[in-house]
Amino acid sequence: MVSFSPKNLPAADLAVGQLEQGHSLWSDAWHRLRKNKLAVFGGCLLIVLALLCFFGPFFSQSYEDQNLDLGATPPSAQHWLGTDTHGRDLFARILFGGRISLMVGLVASCVALIIGVTYGAVAGYFGGKIDALMMRIVDIIYALPFTIFVILLMVFLKDPMEKVDAWLAQFSLIGDTRGVGKILLLFAAIGAVEWLTMARIVRGQILSVKKMEFIEAARALGYGPRRIIFRHMVPNILGPIIVYTTLTIPAVMLLEAFLSFIGLGVDAPMSSWGTLIQDGAEKMEEFPWLLIFPGGIFSLTLFSLNFLGDGLRDALDVRSSKD
Amino acid sequence: MLRFIVRRIFETVPVLFIIVTGTFFMIRFVPGGPFTAEKAVTPEVQRNLDAYYHLSDPLWKQYVDYLWDLCPKKFRPMALARGPDLKAAFGIDFRPSFRYANRTVNEIIAEKLPVSLELGLLSLGVALSLGLTAGVIAAVKRNTWLDYSASALAMTGICVPTFVVGPLLVLGFAIKLGWFNASGWYSPIDRVLPSLTLGFVYAAYIARLTRGGMLEVLNQDYIRTARAKGASELRVIFRHALRGGLLPVVSFLGPAVAGILTGSFVIEMIFQIPGLGREFVTSAFNRDYNLVLGTVILYAVFVILLNLVVDVLQVWLNPKLRFE
Repeated sequence: MVSFSPKNLPAADLAVGQLEQGHSLWSDAWHRLRKNKLAVFGGCLLIVLALLCFFGPFFSQSYEDQNLDLGATPPSAQHWLGTDTHGRDLFARILFGGRISLMVGLVASCVALIIGVTYGAVAGYFGGKIDALMMRIVDIIYALPFTIFVILLMVFLKDPMEKVDAWLAQFSLIGDTRGVGKILLLFAAIGAVEWLTMARIVRGQILSVKKMEFIEAARALGYGPRRIIFRHMVPNILGPIIVYTTLTIPAVMLLEAFLSFIGLGVDAPMSSWGTLIQDGAEKMEEFPWLLIFPGGIFSLTLFSLNFLGDGLRDALDVRSSKD
Repeated sequence: MLRFIVRRIFETVPVLFIIVTGTFFMIRFVPGGPFTAEKAVTPEVQRNLDAYYHLSDPLWKQYVDYLWDLCPKKFRPMALARGPDLKAAFGIDFRPSFRYANRTVNEIIAEKLPVSLELGLLSLGVALSLGLTAGVIAAVKRNTWLDYSASALAMTGICVPTFVVGPLLVLGFAIKLGWFNASGWYSPIDRVLPSLTLGFVYAAYIARLTRGGMLEVLNQDYIRTARAKGASELRVIFRHALRGGLLPVVSFLGPAVAGILTGSFVIEMIFQIPGLGREFVTSAFNRDYNLVLGTVILYAVFVILLNLVVDVLQVWLNPKLRFE
């Protein structure tokens, strides 16, 4: 008795066997993504960096112990990437800074995602005057120079955030709660600026989904707007939403770095990549490694995020030209 | 077309109005005022300050007075020839600055805007020439080493922030090689490094968008028809493909050019350029109400104007949009 296996079945029967194994759209996209070497490389690099930044500070030297006698030193055996002008180990500071920068990137993008999707979906679904009014508001906010807007927002919320800090310190569950308020503030301020483009993209996608028959069927069944929008429309436009969120994270990180550059970043002794770069830019003449290492790691992270985002866009968009 | 433009200009008035009102009240609600950082003043000085800045009037009166000062009252553009004086030409008065005593916001803008404009135009030139050529070459020679290197370079421009590129360029060319001054804006040679830095980043975005747009267009049937009819490759690119390929770049350029022209804070900080970009940030920190309003209004006007130009350009490039 011969046992049948793909190896000794003729080709036609093999095809039938394969036909029965269904491929969902997501698995198709996943296969396309895996074939894109740049995207895979970016994704792996990202995972490595994220693991390093979240677990590294537990094992490395302290990021805030100053050693003023040492001052700024170039890379050595004891301090792998050198020290800054206060004698703090740069490698540890970069790892800790990565925690904050990556966290800000992720959370602020999620804030922008939630606000943007809701706003854009509502505007796109209802259409007509509501849509026109909502998009007008977006246009007006777009015309504001966001630097001033973010600065005003951050200054406006600084005192309430300090009260949040004091309130959190009571619990002392989270160990060191200094500066948590500032970080929350960064989430809110950056998210408040980045949702605009997301809203526009979501609205465009909703407009194209609105005409499809399954939406008409849902309406005929008597579903209310909330159910139609969030259970039927949004899941069908998840592709562009995912892509754009992956591309928003580097934009958010750049914005956080810019805010640190003008002095609105996290307070010392905490570091984010933005404050490290700002510090390095000031002292770069004598201590170039203070700029090159944080700047290099920052750029590397952004590279991986962008490659991943591009790969996702090529994988999820069937119509895009193959390249 | 003319009706479209006129209608758009009419629509900008309410937008500007909302922006002015919003900013006016928003900055006054932020804790801290323009003078809180300085030492206490005697009552006489305080009275003079109040009179000069209209601080003793009730808030609504301050607002209405400010709006009146803002409205263009005359129309003598020829006065601009003598110097960029908005007050003489159009009667627009941005009022005195809170922080820089004895200087009105009009003067500050008149002094700093040309610098930012110059930097902006030079950077735009660099960005367009570098970006467009790189994008077109990458699209035409797709998947060759030309494409890969151009795309990699563009990715670098997007991922490395200006405040890393700038100091690195200064470190390399000004300090180590000594070809340029590290900062300053005195002689023409000082224009090179700042415009290269700013231009490089925008060139990266333009290159990517151009490449994407061109790739989409080059797949279209009408390009195939042009080639079948015997047009040379150059003709196909420049006369047929570029029109459609430039569309995404043009939409991106609207707000981007507004940002470039009104000055980049980062570049001006790094290279110590006396431009308007710095005022955007420092005026908010200083709670200099009038200067904040002045810069916000200027930026909004630029954005609105450029959006109009971009929309007109889009219709010109893509005749299918003409009926919307």
